[in-house]
Amino acid sequence: MTTPSTTSVILTARQKARRRREALTAYTFLLPYLFIFLIFTVFSIGYAFYLSFTRYNLLSPPQWWGLEGYRRVLCIESWFPRPENAPKPVCDDLFIRKALPNTFKYTAIVVPTQTLISLVLAFAMDQKIRFRRLFRTIFYLPSVTSSVVISLIFVWLFSPLGVINQIFHLKINWLNDPRYAFYTIMMVNIFTTSGTLMLIFLAGLQDIPITLYEAAAIDGANKFQIFRYITIPMLRPVIFFVVTVGIIGCFQVFDQIYVMTAGGPLDSTTTIAYLIYKWAFRDTTVKMGQASALAFILALIIFVVTMLQRRVIEGSGSVNQ
Amino acid sequence: MATISHAQPRMLSWSDRLILWYDHLKTPLFYLILILWAIICIAPLYFTLVFSLKPVANAYDPPLFWPIPFTLENFRDVIGALPLFPRWLLNSLIVSLTVTILRIFFCAMGGYAFARMEFPLKGFLFNAMLVSMMIPGQVTLIPAFLVVGPGIIRGGLKLGDITLPTGFGLIDNLGGVILPGIVTAFGVFMMTQFYKSLPRELEEAAMIDGLGRWGIFFRIVLPLSQTQLLTLALLTFQGEWNAFMWPLIILRTPENFTLPLGLNWFRGEYYTLISKVLAGSLFNTLPILILFFIFQRYFVQSIAGSGLKEG
Repeated sequence: MTTPSTTSVILTARQKARRRREALTAYTFLLPYLFIFLIFTVFSIGYAFYLSFTRYNLLSPPQWWGLEGYRRVLCIESWFPRPENAPKPVCDDLFIRKALPNTFKYTAIVVPTQTLISLVLAFAMDQKIRFRRLFRTIFYLPSVTSSVVISLIFVWLFSPLGVINQIFHLKINWLNDPRYAFYTIMMVNIFTTSGTLMLIFLAGLQDIPITLYEAAAIDGANKFQIFRYITIPMLRPVIFFVVTVGIIGCFQVFDQIYVMTAGGPLDSTTTIAYLIYKWAFRDTTVKMGQASALAFILALIIFVVTMLQRRVIEGSGSVNQ
Repeated sequence: MATISHAQPRMLSWSDRLILWYDHLKTPLFYLILILWAIICIAPLYFTLVFSLKPVANAYDPPLFWPIPFTLENFRDVIGALPLFPRWLLNSLIVSLTVTILRIFFCAMGGYAFARMEFPLKGFLFNAMLVSMMIPGQVTLIPAFLVVGPGIIRGGLKLGDITLPTGFGLIDNLGGVILPGIVTAFGVFMMTQFYKSLPRELEEAAMIDGLGRWGIFFRIVLPLSQTQLLTLALLTFQGEWNAFMWPLIILRTPENFTLPLGLNWFRGEYYTLISKVLAGSLFNTLPILILFFIFQRYFVQSIAGSGLKEG
């Protein structure tokens, strides 16, 4: 493919045969990947797209529904006040009423908090401190532990008679009170992810050339100026990466919610990713078409938010330079 | 002398003062932050260890920091008396090891083809792979379940007299957990990047000596990529050992569960036996911790590298 076209004109029959043989070998090497890729990516995306326009409960074949699935997910009727005698709209407002605001709330709290904590930790680790290896190992512990195990442990720690309430002399029903349940899950996730993000930040900090700091010091910049005008701008690509990974992770959080609250109490911890699972696999009558529609809406939301976020971080960069 | 030392404090601006304060306080402050977060990281596992060493009846009783009364009963039960726990451990091992071995092998094969060979549609396939990594797993979840399990068309595709199955029929089967994970776009991409950075001389020499592509791959390329393959293997093993959502959808009967699934199920069935769940949790955590301590360098490099490459 990269060979210039002039040589391909004068290819001998032998060269052609060799190319064909190489292409064949290449496809044999790629066979396992292509097999999985075609089934679980290409076909699956196409079929999910088709399903999103159907009604499908696994018992009878998918029934074409047009945009009805999307309409039921978005439940536009419920956005506006209805006349009193109007019939109740046939739709599922769990997405609009709970999952969507919950997911945004979750992301808006977890992403900044975990980014800030991991940045502070990385900054502290970047100083001349002892036991750095030990600290690094300890900080990474929550990230290697399975999310299910962490969740099970926290369900017990945060139970009404649990260790947390005993230590702090509280009487809070962390996971069964709609006021606290979601924040408890947020805490667990911040706890789990900060270690990994800290490692990424630390690598980024150590990658900033020391000559930059020296030059700034010679020019008479003080520590805050160095931090503001050298460290933060140099770290911008890493910050972008950490925030992107954080946002994508937050929009897809599932394990912790399934284990700790299963979306309850009173749907206060139902997020989009959990709702997709609930509609597709958990409800007594599964709604696979509607769940597929929601999956595409989720993909769209993740795409838009990531792009917006990129604008914000890159935009703030150009102002400084 | 005296005038200078008197004059100097007055010359200090507020930001200089702040910096002076900061210079004095920063070391203790940073230690405080690090130690505090270290305690937060260790505490849950420590309490788990303490209470897994206490009898079931004392699952919520003080003292919180020492296992009094002490017992090894929970660990004995997890290993011996409750037959499901060893079963789950075994299932988890089967799934994680199979996926890890197949994945590093298939990803190396794919990566080698993308890095070294010329074939039609190469650029298109590579770009398609990159795009596919950005699609959230929820989108393909339902079709993947249908393909692995009951099939796209119930009862199979009827072509005249022949009925073709449209699914693998692997519901409630460990094979169904393994299948979609045997090769990933991320792994192929990672190996492609690695092979592109590898010098070609050795391979070219081997080719002149008459070794075919497969011979080169097995005898020269694979041994050269041990470090990279180990990193991919560790990431894969950790991911599969801890995986939850996909096994949850595929597996149905408790005998076939993997350990995370089993622990969660056990917690639901025997609400009062939380101490046994804690002991079982440690069994789920321990293998990964051991791997982490042995291969810490690879874990850290793979995480740190991901931020730099893509950032």
